[in-house]
Amino acid sequence: MTAKHTLVALVEDKPGVLTRMASLFRRRGFNIESIVVGRSEQPHLSRMTIVISGSTAMLEQLRKQLDKIINVVKVFDITADDTVARELALIKVGATSSSRSEIIQIVDIFRANIVDVASDSVTVEVTGDEEKIDSLCNLLRGFGIKEMTRTGRIAMTRGSLGRPPAGKQSSKAQGKRQKT
Amino acid sequence: MKLTGAQIICEGLVKEGVEVIFGFPGGAILPLYDTLLQYPRLRHILVRHEQGAAHAADGYARATGKVGVCMATSGPGATNLVTGIANAHLDSSPVVAITGQVARPFIGKDAFQEVDISGITLPITKHNYLVLDVGSLAGIVKEAFYLARTGRPGPILIDVPRDVFIDQAEFNYPTKLDLPGYKPTLQGHVAQIKKAAKVINEAQRPLIIAGRGVIMSGAYEELKQLAETAQIPVITTLLGIGCFPESHILSFGMLGMHGMAYANMAVEAADVIIAIGMRFDDRATGKVSEFAPHASIIHIDIDPAEIGKNVPVAVPIVGDVKLVLNALNKLIISTERIDWFQQLEDWRKEHPSTVIRECEGLLPQLVIRKICEVTQGEAIIVTGVGQNQMWAAQHYCYDKPNSLISSGGLGTMGFELPAAMGAKVGCPDTTVWCVAGDGGFQMTIQELATVVQEKVAVKIAIINNGYLGMIRQWQELFYGRRYVASPLSGPDFVKIAEAYGIPGLRVRRNTEIVPAIEQAMKEKGPFLIDFIVEPEENVYPMVTPGAALTEVLEGPKETKAVSDSAKLPVSNI
Repeated sequence: MTAKHTLVALVEDKPGVLTRMASLFRRRGFNIESIVVGRSEQPHLSRMTIVISGSTAMLEQLRKQLDKIINVVKVFDITADDTVARELALIKVGATSSSRSEIIQIVDIFRANIVDVASDSVTVEVTGDEEKIDSLCNLLRGFGIKEMTRTGRIAMTRGSLGRPPAGKQSSKAQGKRQKT
Repeated sequence: MKLTGAQIICEGLVKEGVEVIFGFPGGAILPLYDTLLQYPRLRHILVRHEQGAAHAADGYARATGKVGVCMATSGPGATNLVTGIANAHLDSSPVVAITGQVARPFIGKDAFQEVDISGITLPITKHNYLVLDVGSLAGIVKEAFYLARTGRPGPILIDVPRDVFIDQAEFNYPTKLDLPGYKPTLQGHVAQIKKAAKVINEAQRPLIIAGRGVIMSGAYEELKQLAETAQIPVITTLLGIGCFPESHILSFGMLGMHGMAYANMAVEAADVIIAIGMRFDDRATGKVSEFAPHASIIHIDIDPAEIGKNVPVAVPIVGDVKLVLNALNKLIISTERIDWFQQLEDWRKEHPSTVIRECEGLLPQLVIRKICEVTQGEAIIVTGVGQNQMWAAQHYCYDKPNSLISSGGLGTMGFELPAAMGAKVGCPDTTVWCVAGDGGFQMTIQELATVVQEKVAVKIAIINNGYLGMIRQWQELFYGRRYVASPLSGPDFVKIAEAYGIPGLRVRRNTEIVPAIEQAMKEKGPFLIDFIVEPEENVYPMVTPGAALTEVLEGPKETKAVSDSAKLPVSNI
């Protein structure tokens, strides 16, 4: 049974951590759809969101293998959880004076922004889940997409019952921070 | 007080109880070598090739249970360690490797003898470090030793640029570690242990498969108690040999490709398998989809990633084997299993598996058997890889933990001599026999010089058949006897030994075996015996590669057994 899974990993902010993870994906034959790394709410921890397709057994093995990396503090699978997931894309679309207004209309409907305008193109910034970005892309394709970059998914569980980042104690601390 | 990076490393090594370092110097690591003079407690053993240093540290670690240490310089020194590090990684051996690196300003510039060893060893170490700041060095040394020996042990590499050895920092050896991502689970989950106990108590034909995890966790008594109380037969993996006395009535040998036929049959018939500190390696399971078809499996291991990796597990228990067995044993009901043991004994009679056939020529199995007799099973046997390894596993009677040291996971030919050297350095009062093949021995033969220089009294038995024996056996059985690249000439090993300053003998006849071994034992220092054995002798039993464990080739049946019907406990020989 193959399905898309979202894993969140909290990792120490140390050199080489991403290499260690990438090396593990390659060596054990895991095929990653996207991986996003950035800062987390804790100063020495980075947060990764990993999207991967595969069977539940494969995912379990990946989670355990990732957890074995010394610099990986915590890995959790939030696929089944109620989550907020977002992706950002920048799309450069060919635009003539006649097509520009139509593009702007589409962009408005999607609550996206135009962040750059040139004589023959506009650049659109859009945030949302993958489906939203996919449908915007489909609509814009007719105008000619000259360049596109997508960040890949970042995700977080909804509500105050967030997953403990590193044991129960820090989860309490996190809860307090959220209230203030 | 401020110390140099090199001094900080040495202080750390002393604090970690290190007594011996196997290494080879070079430009980038010279500052550390120079500093060794100030630390006479740290005995340095100069190997003849860095691969030998890594294997020796590994052999030392396995024989003593302590962390083995090796070091090498940057570039080729570091890459020469790689095989040894990979070997330690696959067999979970606690080794710390320290490498020199080019000075920081040269890193990334393709400088002389620069190689990205932390990148290279990334997938074959438990963890590794490139030290960019002398201030972090003390903490890194402490962490390295902690990581190497705890949890599932493994090799750690510390790569130190030349100028970091020279830089100075205030020396404070940390008492606490900051490893938020490393918390091995030691205590097994109580509910899972209860579930396991229930499964065991209700089992009709339970079987224990014990691996090296039992040895590393020191759980011999606990394992024995479980087996004896619940009357469960025990079989071991190759690396698990010695975790349960082979002379014990409940011992049914080793499973796997060259395991005892009756042990593999037991796996096939068992209704419950208690897998302890082992990882279902393909050489142990045979065709994995047909492994233990009737059994529900209880898997106890400290590494959660091993559970469910290769075979589906009914009751997973993550934890330290000793602690888990301790808890489990309290819930086990004493049981008798007369029918199950009768069945096993019948299979053992029908398929004795370690019978030595009658033969004019010198049989390798007999050589091992005689080493066992003369050493009364008290020696540490360090093997190469291939036929010699399998015969050593099958025909010596191992009653003590760590009495067999062998390259299991990686299967590294050339492991035998340096690892035996490391084992002997770690256990100077124990007899150490290096059982080598004539192929593998030539891969690290240069360490004979180290053995002599450092007066390491290893006894060497070369099982010399003029072939890469296991290759030839596969070619005979599966490649239509086309012996491509397996016939192999060698030097006159006795003369080679003599040239290095080691006394030696050549043995061609069965009657000469025991006197030669006795002479080797009498000799104070190292001794080499070149056993010229039957060239085309095969290792049996053998499970066809890729086949189920029950598809066993048992070798020629028509021949008569030479003496004992099977391997007997030492006390019975």
